[in-house]
Amino acid sequence: MTSAILTEEQVTVRKKKEKVYITTIKRLLKNKLAVVGVIIILLQIGMAIFAPAIATHDPAKQSLVESELPMFSDGHWLGTDNYGRDVWSRIVHGARISLLVGFTAVSLGLIGGITLGMLGGYYKKLDGIIMRIVDLLFSFPGILLAMLIIAILGTSLVNVAIAISIWSIPSCARIVRGSVLSIKEKEYIMALKSLGASDIRIMLRHILPNAMAPIIVFATMRMGTAILSTASLSYLGLGAQPPTPEWGAMISQGQDYMWTSPHLTIVPGIVIMLVVFAFNVVGDGLRDALDPNMDIQ
Amino acid sequence: MVGGPTATESDLVAIRDNLGLNDPFLVQYGRYLGHAVQGDFGYSYQSKQSVSEAIAVRFPNTLKLAVASMIVAIIIGIIAGLISALKHNSWLDVTSTTVALAGISIPNFWLGAILILVFAVNLQWLPVAGLSDPFYTWEGIKQLILPAITLGTGSAAMIARMTRSSILEVVKADYVRTARAKGVKEKNVIWIHTLKNAMIPVITVIGLNFGALLGGTIITEKVFAINGVGRLMIDAIAMRDFPMVQASVLLVATLFVVVNLVVDIVYTMIDPRINYE
Repeated sequence: MTSAILTEEQVTVRKKKEKVYITTIKRLLKNKLAVVGVIIILLQIGMAIFAPAIATHDPAKQSLVESELPMFSDGHWLGTDNYGRDVWSRIVHGARISLLVGFTAVSLGLIGGITLGMLGGYYKKLDGIIMRIVDLLFSFPGILLAMLIIAILGTSLVNVAIAISIWSIPSCARIVRGSVLSIKEKEYIMALKSLGASDIRIMLRHILPNAMAPIIVFATMRMGTAILSTASLSYLGLGAQPPTPEWGAMISQGQDYMWTSPHLTIVPGIVIMLVVFAFNVVGDGLRDALDPNMDIQ
Repeated sequence: MVGGPTATESDLVAIRDNLGLNDPFLVQYGRYLGHAVQGDFGYSYQSKQSVSEAIAVRFPNTLKLAVASMIVAIIIGIIAGLISALKHNSWLDVTSTTVALAGISIPNFWLGAILILVFAVNLQWLPVAGLSDPFYTWEGIKQLILPAITLGTGSAAMIARMTRSSILEVVKADYVRTARAKGVKEKNVIWIHTLKNAMIPVITVIGLNFGALLGGTIITEKVFAINGVGRLMIDAIAMRDFPMVQASVLLVATLFVVVNLVVDIVYTMIDPRINYE
């Protein structure tokens, strides 16, 4: 009997959850810019997954007889770079790198940020220490913090992902802490405590799911920032090393040939801008769709 | 690294002794802090030059660039945000909002390269690189224009977005409705009642962005070959010249914290309701 009632309750909860998802998606799809953003993101994911099939050439294969071919050349519709490498193939494989580094960086940042934010928000005793650590991380401009970490760890894409993830931790921790502080005062949390639920269970099963809205928005927007930062660090020579087809590194290499082959700089820049723009508009759209009154920076 | 690949064992012992690396970690750290508060950050591993001197030579260029970019960002950002809010839901608003989002998404190193291509190489209106002339001369201003726009675009976009949303929020307030009901001129409603009250979150964004701009100078300095602290830092990281890296990072981080403190102080001036006591 009890299990039947519980199942009914579970079904109701599930239906409510599904309704929230559907409402959110419907609201998001009403936002035209966000729809454009979703399409661009899906295209990037498609490019990343099917890169070997979509790319027309090996992205690292050099052919000096075909160097600096302009756009719409025979067999190279986006032209070639100074080593004769096909720009389209490098852009396609670059999608894979930027998405992978961005996703890794944001995921690691979320793990760190959610853990710190939850602990700080839930346990008053830990709050002071955790927030001071967060303040310390906030005392560096983001790109500087990333550079500092790379200076210590060395230059590579893995270290770029680690650096960006550390940079993401303080912002995420603050957002999560804020949500936890308000959620933990709710009656259902009091009820769970009085029923003897463990802190871990309350945090993971009851607080975290209710704090997901701002985290989802943060993660989406942070993907854009992470992709932009990866490109910036690679442009500075601190990320991807040649011949890795990373978009920022492509701009850096293309800049030396800007007078003769401007497409080497222009094309990867437009691609980065489109992708970052897509994540930003989807983040904006999600924020409005999840809660029109929510305000996250 | 300091002694080079041909250093003998006795050279290494002498270098370790000279750098005080034989002392315990805490002693080394205490000594570093003691010297740092006196402005002594040691010597570069690469150039053997005093780190403080190297930074002092380059810092004015970085500051010039950051301030010029901030001015560009504030002017463009507030005007765009104001127009966008006052013409809410019009084509001007949609265009301005979309351009602001695009502005946040543009890699500034790429924007810099494109600006150089258009305005310096093709049109030849402005110099390609450098920031050697004083900022109060015409040449100095011309040298600053492209780097300032490059660096300021992202911040301008953020300021525009915040100005727009803040004004839209304030415009709905009761006191603005009251002011209109009293027959206050629309110009005064906007400038006195709306804009001043809408500025608090905008100042937060300006303050945070000034810090970000200090970080952003690193990239812009590389694009425009400006001899600033950012470029010094990149070269130092590449060469693993740690005294130089430490001092540059410390300088930028300190400035960042000071700017945030100034922003907090400015709050109390703008909004007397905010009191830190």
